[in-house]
Amino acid sequence: MDYQYHWNIVFDKMPELMSASFVTLHVSVLSMLLGIVIAVFLALGKMSDIKILNYLSGTWIEIARNTPALFQIYMAYFGLGAFGIHLSPYVAVLSALVFINAGYLAETFRGGFESIPKTQYSASKSLGMNQVQVYRYIILPQMFRKIYHPMTNQFVWAILMSSLGILVGMSELSGETQRLQSLSFRTLEFFIVAAVIYYIITKFVLLSSDLIAKKIFKGDM
Amino acid sequence: MGFSLFTPLSWNDAPFILQGILNTVYISIVAIVIGTILGAIVGFIRAESNKIVNMLIGSVLDILRSVPLIIQLILFTTYVGVMGYPMDPFVAGSIILSLYTMAFMSEVFRAGFESVLPSMRTAARSLGMTYWQTVRYIRLPIGLRAVFTSWLGVALAVIKDSALVSVIGYMELLRTSEQLISRSQQPLEILIGVGIFYFIISYPLSLYGKHVERKMKV
Repeated sequence: MDYQYHWNIVFDKMPELMSASFVTLHVSVLSMLLGIVIAVFLALGKMSDIKILNYLSGTWIEIARNTPALFQIYMAYFGLGAFGIHLSPYVAVLSALVFINAGYLAETFRGGFESIPKTQYSASKSLGMNQVQVYRYIILPQMFRKIYHPMTNQFVWAILMSSLGILVGMSELSGETQRLQSLSFRTLEFFIVAAVIYYIITKFVLLSSDLIAKKIFKGDM
Repeated sequence: MGFSLFTPLSWNDAPFILQGILNTVYISIVAIVIGTILGAIVGFIRAESNKIVNMLIGSVLDILRSVPLIIQLILFTTYVGVMGYPMDPFVAGSIILSLYTMAFMSEVFRAGFESVLPSMRTAARSLGMTYWQTVRYIRLPIGLRAVFTSWLGVALAVIKDSALVSVIGYMELLRTSEQLISRSQQPLEILIGVGIFYFIISYPLSLYGKHVERKMKV
């Protein structure tokens, strides 16, 4: 077909796209950090014997896992408005991602924790270790090894899903691409470049996570 | 005189909502079926072929997995539009969602086919089975059983991701609800309803997956 590509317009806007990519990274890193903190509590709640805690964290986890991310974002952006809470697009996307990350990671943490046989706990106790030592030297290192890759995957997922910011007018990579293409009507070029940037970001994250894994687990994966 | 631009939600909206639900179910089923078939084929090819072929196929699948679905959808519709073949949102959405599903399914099936140990294949061959007989009677049944729960996980993810097809204009449940919200200005009621719908589809299936997983462990 006789479509003329105009790449110059896109390259002129590269600084904007770069700073938008930074927003994408920023929101996904933050959503991971907050998600991890909440996930620890959710996992503890899910494993505790206190019924109400068990129930509350179970509800959070199941809602996060069984509804679309787009639904969560709409809920944060439009739904909370009914309670008079008006979030900015950034905060809406961030809170939706935190909500989902926490739900998924809680299950990952719980799975990792439960995969370590209880006998190891008693064995370390019998060697004279105290509670803190058991966790510090025996349980947590093994658990970390088990949850490392699922956590990396969750991070990549968060980067990709932050692209939903486009629907609530957030200026992360997708939203900014949308805005820039509407100014110039070079839709195809802008979204191709955005796709390439996403690809590079994901690849970079996965490669560096592999390198770090090789370093800290020293080959016995 | 009281006059409002907004009309609240009423029973007259039921057919509209039902249509949205059906469209969501429809596109999810199409994507899961096509994605599963293509994924099984690609997974089989990847389990059987050498390193170079594997790397080539892998890099293509990698793109599908590393670019956000929403960007893929926009890019594809824009591309076919610009090339002069504008496509119905349902068709465009089905194509991209199926390919996206295929990318994940192929990994699932590849793992399944590789879970059948070479010694078992050799044993089957030594009993006089042809290559395709070992595939049909040994590798498919054993491999597929091993990956059923992962398959279900991907299928559930696709149902949820089908919500994204709304960006290219397909009237699935979430887009339907968005239009109702802009008319009725009752976001909370509508969104909660939508959430419940996804939940009742997804939750029992995920429980079933966990159940099967537990049963297979024993």
